[in-house]
Amino acid sequence: MANRIGLTLSILATLFGLFWLVWLLWTLFGNGLQWIGTRLFLESTPPPGANGGLANAIMGSVILTIVGVGMGAPAGILAGTYLAEFGRTSRLGWIVRFVNDILLSAPSIIIGVFVYGLIVLRVGHFSGWAGAVALALIVLPVVVRTTENMMRLVPDSLREAAAALGAPSWKVTIVIVYRSALPGIMTGILLGMARISGETAPLLFTALNNQFWSTDMSRPFPNLPAVIFQFAMSPYEDWQHLAWAGALLITVTILVINIAARMLLGRTRS
Amino acid sequence: MESPEPSPTSHETTSKETSAPARSEVSLHPAASIPAKKTAPAGSPKLEIRGLNFFYGKYKALHDIDLDIHDRQITAFIGPSGCGKSTLLRALNRIYELYPGQRATGKIMLGGRNLLDRTDDVNLLRAKVGMVFQKPTPFPMSVQDNISFGVHLYERLSRPDMEARVQWALEKAALWNEVKDKLRQDGTALSGGQQQRLCIARAVAVKPDILLLDEPASALDPISTQKIEQLITELKRDYTIAIVTHNMQQAARVSDYTAFMYLGHLVEFGDTKTLFTRPAQQQTEEYITGRFG
Amino acid sequence: MSSVGVATQEKEGAPPESPDPSGARDHSRSLGDRFFRGLTQFFAALVLLSVFGMLVTLLTGSWPALKVFGLKFLASKEWNPVTGQFGALAPLYGTVVTSAIALLVGVPVSFGIALVITELAPRWLKRPIGVAIELLAAIPSIIYGMWGLFVFAPVFAAHLQPWLTEQLGTWPIVGRLFEGPPMGIGMLTAGLILAIMIIPFMAAVMRDVFETVPATLRESAYALGCTTWEVVWRVILPYTRVGVIGGIMLGLGRALGETMAVTFVIGNAHDVNLSLFMAGNTISSTLANEFTEAVTPLYTSSLLALGLVLFVLTLIVLIAARLMLMKMRAREGERT
Repeated sequence: MANRIGLTLSILATLFGLFWLVWLLWTLFGNGLQWIGTRLFLESTPPPGANGGLANAIMGSVILTIVGVGMGAPAGILAGTYLAEFGRTSRLGWIVRFVNDILLSAPSIIIGVFVYGLIVLRVGHFSGWAGAVALALIVLPVVVRTTENMMRLVPDSLREAAAALGAPSWKVTIVIVYRSALPGIMTGILLGMARISGETAPLLFTALNNQFWSTDMSRPFPNLPAVIFQFAMSPYEDWQHLAWAGALLITVTILVINIAARMLLGRTRS
Repeated sequence: MESPEPSPTSHETTSKETSAPARSEVSLHPAASIPAKKTAPAGSPKLEIRGLNFFYGKYKALHDIDLDIHDRQITAFIGPSGCGKSTLLRALNRIYELYPGQRATGKIMLGGRNLLDRTDDVNLLRAKVGMVFQKPTPFPMSVQDNISFGVHLYERLSRPDMEARVQWALEKAALWNEVKDKLRQDGTALSGGQQQRLCIARAVAVKPDILLLDEPASALDPISTQKIEQLITELKRDYTIAIVTHNMQQAARVSDYTAFMYLGHLVEFGDTKTLFTRPAQQQTEEYITGRFG
Repeated sequence: MSSVGVATQEKEGAPPESPDPSGARDHSRSLGDRFFRGLTQFFAALVLLSVFGMLVTLLTGSWPALKVFGLKFLASKEWNPVTGQFGALAPLYGTVVTSAIALLVGVPVSFGIALVITELAPRWLKRPIGVAIELLAAIPSIIYGMWGLFVFAPVFAAHLQPWLTEQLGTWPIVGRLFEGPPMGIGMLTAGLILAIMIIPFMAAVMRDVFETVPATLRESAYALGCTTWEVVWRVILPYTRVGVIGGIMLGLGRALGETMAVTFVIGNAHDVNLSLFMAGNTISSTLANEFTEAVTPLYTSSLLALGLVLFVLTLIVLIAARLMLMKMRAREGERT
């Protein structure tokens, strides 16, 4: 009897979880799809009541993501390399691993506050660079963790074989280990990218926002999440429509990146 | 190009371990005791191991090993699991240094220098003393790149020269005919036996002085094993070979000298035919006849 | 994961070593090796510096406010930028309450999902369900926020809230939680949205942890005639108890710091109300809404003090979670 109740409740719980996913995606597409058009990608964000698009915000987010990943991924790969090759049992390795996990789960708004204090206050104004640094700090722990895990999967016999030929250890790591672990490392980078694609909080007080088309990273920089935040909370219908379109764009982007990462990971396993 | 070996390789036992088997004094006069079937005359010692001790942390795995590895001869190491034969082999190219806590003391003389001397470049040593492992370990790159990887480390070769070297190495490993059209194919796509021959080609391509083979055929099927054994016998013409094997018949088939080890001690060392037909030590005889192991 | 390296040593009867390919004490290590190792060490240290830097920034930034208010800061409901009186009670209360709701709803659901994936679902269904749940995790906070505000809140206000007031509003103590106008937004809504957001994380950890139970243990329980429920409740859960708690704490850590979803639906009122239908605030929503509007240094410093409280809270929860998960993994290693 308890069995019947327990199992039914569990199945209901699963359906409960799936229900929200379906409902969310349903309304997202329902509300957002109609506002996706060429205008969305060609025109910048308009003042209330006027027509416009999200071009500057999209471009801004793309740039911020690329720069953020460009800073966070290499750092993450090297730090992950340390953990996988030199720090397997050392005390420093243990500490770095632990702290990395903390960074991984740290509230992203705190990261935004940190970068605000680190850069924005010193420089005197908001900037795209500050936003990119905040995003890099979010990518970093993701890449560190996947890099370490993927590199540790490479068997030591391979390292020994390369060393036995007379290769110095840095060459063993770069030419042999990186090559073997590459699909896995790329997966980590993709996952980091997916993670920062929708992040709003860290950008709120670093890159702020910019209603115009701007590629100047040293000034407040346009980005999609901040625009969505502003437009969605506003009372203007036009703005709300754009917010839905933007939300749909972000969600689809993230889903695509996740699928790509999954396929890549599938290739490592096989 | 050989000089007759005047002095015997003898070992004085100074062991304090009461449970250790008594060492034999084997005197070796190559001219006298090498059977006629060996066409190549025996070489002078290429590697002279004296008083080699090995430690995993506090645990002593090798006790006062003394023996010679002769030039362009095949020396086999046999013994039950855990006897230290792989440990000994891995000391010869200092591959154990990848792992903290492992160390070797004593002397291994190569070309007049003690290769255990820490101030020498270990990577250069490993280019001169090649190793093939039990599990085939092709690098995740093309067959061609697998081979040229090692060569690139220490030699500057033009493209045609490199291609020639790759071909030469693959021919030496009896693999050329099977892969000559597939040089760009990934090394991991080859069969197990082919992969191991690729590893042998890889080791040979850098023209080492000595080849260390750690149970090279134990992960392979019988046909591949046979091919590898044939290969090894041919490689002897140009390289000094030390091979660890748990397969006694393989040692008897292939090697010129055999060393029998037990619990980290060298129990007996001598030319293969003698060791297998008239072993000097009781323990050797018991192992060979299968009474333990 | 260094299987072959360990195997080679074990073959010789020696204690297994983990490799250090740089040759830790090899004096003949080349310049290239030392440079490369130093480079990786630098970036590893960068990870440490970042977290350390966060702590320092928050401490130094909140010091002015803490000096003025002292520990009363945590107990004060005041939040008046005009008079310069700030207190953390309202945001702190909101953070704790919304996270508690998130756990109350989320933990049983996550548990049910993990159970279904590991014990009930046929093999072909396991991956799709797992993937769907992971998609829930991938959807960013702001999307949940928007959806919560425009889609969920109206439905909640129109149907669920009246029903709750009807059913539970008259109960003696619990009833006070469900009083008030059905606005749709408020603490309960925020808590529910948070629950949906942390379910995927907790379900994933629970599933992973359930799967570590050795097959022989499960099979022998079934062989004794236990029902699925009994096997889960009496065998799997006790075995994985520490890991499950670790997973729950990870979910809690996430809920505490969640910003955008909460900001959209919590109503942004600096108030402490017993009723869950009322608007409130969390630390992160306060920061999100007011950080750029803080005109006086004391205002900013108070906000940073809020951030410090959140950071310390999250830190404690995360460290506890990690330690528990580590203990779980260690025990798993022992038993095998």
